[in-house]
Amino acid sequence: MSQVQEFEKALANSETSVAAFDEHGTSLVKRIQHFLHSTPAAVPLIVLVLSIAVFGVTIGGRFFSSYTLTLILQQIAIVGILGAAQTLVILTAGIDLSIGVIMVISAVIMGNCAVTYGLPTLLAVVIGLAAGGACGLLNGLLVAYMKLPPFIVTLGTWNIVMATNFIYSANETIRDADVDVQAPLLHLFGLNFKVGTAVLTFGVIAMVVLVLFLWYVLNHTAWGRHVYAVGDDPEAAKLSGIQTKKVLISVYALAGLIAAFAAWVSIGRNGSISPSAAVTDYNLQAITATVIGGISLFGGRGSILGTLFGAMIVGVVSMGLNMLGADPQWKVLLTGVLIIGAVAIDQWIRKVSV
Amino acid sequence: MTQEPILTARGLVKRYGRVTALNSCDFDLYPGEILAVIGDNGAGKSTLIKAISGAVVPDEGIIELDGKQVLFKSPIEAREAGIETVYQNLALSPALSIADNMFLGREIRKPGFLGDWLRMLDRPAMEKRARDKLTELGLMTIQNISQAVETLSGGQRQGVAVARAAAFGSKMVIMDEPTAALGVKESRRVLELILDVKKRGLPIVLISHNMPHVFEVADRIHIHRLGRRLCVIDPKQYTMSDAVAFMTGAKLPPEAALAA
Repeated sequence: MSQVQEFEKALANSETSVAAFDEHGTSLVKRIQHFLHSTPAAVPLIVLVLSIAVFGVTIGGRFFSSYTLTLILQQIAIVGILGAAQTLVILTAGIDLSIGVIMVISAVIMGNCAVTYGLPTLLAVVIGLAAGGACGLLNGLLVAYMKLPPFIVTLGTWNIVMATNFIYSANETIRDADVDVQAPLLHLFGLNFKVGTAVLTFGVIAMVVLVLFLWYVLNHTAWGRHVYAVGDDPEAAKLSGIQTKKVLISVYALAGLIAAFAAWVSIGRNGSISPSAAVTDYNLQAITATVIGGISLFGGRGSILGTLFGAMIVGVVSMGLNMLGADPQWKVLLTGVLIIGAVAIDQWIRKVSV
Repeated sequence: MTQEPILTARGLVKRYGRVTALNSCDFDLYPGEILAVIGDNGAGKSTLIKAISGAVVPDEGIIELDGKQVLFKSPIEAREAGIETVYQNLALSPALSIADNMFLGREIRKPGFLGDWLRMLDRPAMEKRARDKLTELGLMTIQNISQAVETLSGGQRQGVAVARAAAFGSKMVIMDEPTAALGVKESRRVLELILDVKKRGLPIVLISHNMPHVFEVADRIHIHRLGRRLCVIDPKQYTMSDAVAFMTGAKLPPEAALAA
């Protein structure tokens, strides 16, 4: 081995015990911190279970019925799917303000193609998905090649897509009955089936399957690891040989595609197709679900399962307060508290070291 | 030396606006040696190294690897040609595991349907190879191969980065200031690591400001001054103060060293 230099000879007599710290009193907290660090979906899951328990106790059996619990799932299907799209973008340390309006314009395009132009429904769906994917692709190209901040890019496309949506559709709603007669396939995800008293729609199934699929992709494929690496430290990712631009573009394009898929699910849930849905704050609801789900806004951390739990937490809280007959503003207030709490916990977990 | 150099560069020029960072610079690396590159701040060491590792495309000049001319447009191309670089900032993703980091950008997929169609990563295989490599370099003080890199100490992180380069470098390894941020004990580990890599037959380019370290491990020292190679000296024939004098221009290098 290398010859030791004069000043290093002193090392031979140095203390060999590794620095030990007094773990007195803090060890449990530290262990919890470590557990949460390695299991990012745990916090939202715990909060979800707690909130179900709290409302279950205060409201009683009425809340605990499988009917109520599955109704909550039906209500969060759209936000859950949009949240999944948002999660991909936020994992790269970006944000997508445009996915809500991408969903609406995709729904309008699907509806117009199938009902107004009389194209085969399947073709109309494909065109709608392509439109959503194209909007996402535009976001991705602007973020990756123009190197503009994602917030600015998607703030711009949010307005552009929203205006295009109103101009193109002339703000005309496509009626539920027309969709039913001419393109029943568009209502596919609104169909439901019963398991006992539980009512599940295909939309709910689609949300769960999509999240599980993305969980697999993010954790068990190279692309998924690259998404985390790009969000974590883009410079290091680039030097490690990851084509960061391609990763970013594919993430935004996929987010657009998923938003368009959410459009199909939303047609099933809402029945009619209304361009004015573009003013609904779907974006913010999706971001809320993502943040409460423990996905770090600084990128590279969190599990997509957390987003699903995050969406469920919002659903449980709003349903619970509803059944208690509380003022709806309490739900908004509580959501705000949850957001700040989630980010605070994220910051705390990040401080974990060795 | 009678051997053919593994990598040669001739007449490299790189200008940034009106600043000439490389002024017709030459460079030679021979098989199995440790070549240290030293020079004052702003002498153009980093630019030279970046030109070799593909991070910078030189304006003029040629680089030959194994006698064949190469032109790297990105670090990825240099990596594919067998040149691995350990960057000063290590280029590790803190939140990913050790195994994930070592295989970042060149993951192993499961064989058959799972890998080809579901694109599933072969975690057991990657973790095994990562563990083997770390053990080979005597780095198994790391308890858990799937722990996140951010939970490691500075020396351990450096070890992971060096192990990654040693595992994949087939031609040469470039190390940029590998001991700059480390304590005495950790620096010693890294120097031993460097000699270990050399024993495996991989030539190493070592960029460092630490003269004792350079004089200890280097076989030859390339002294860089004003954007070009001033001379190459044998550390056994010159002292550290000679090297510093050459590199700062306080003393003119001997004729013999200029020719090397």
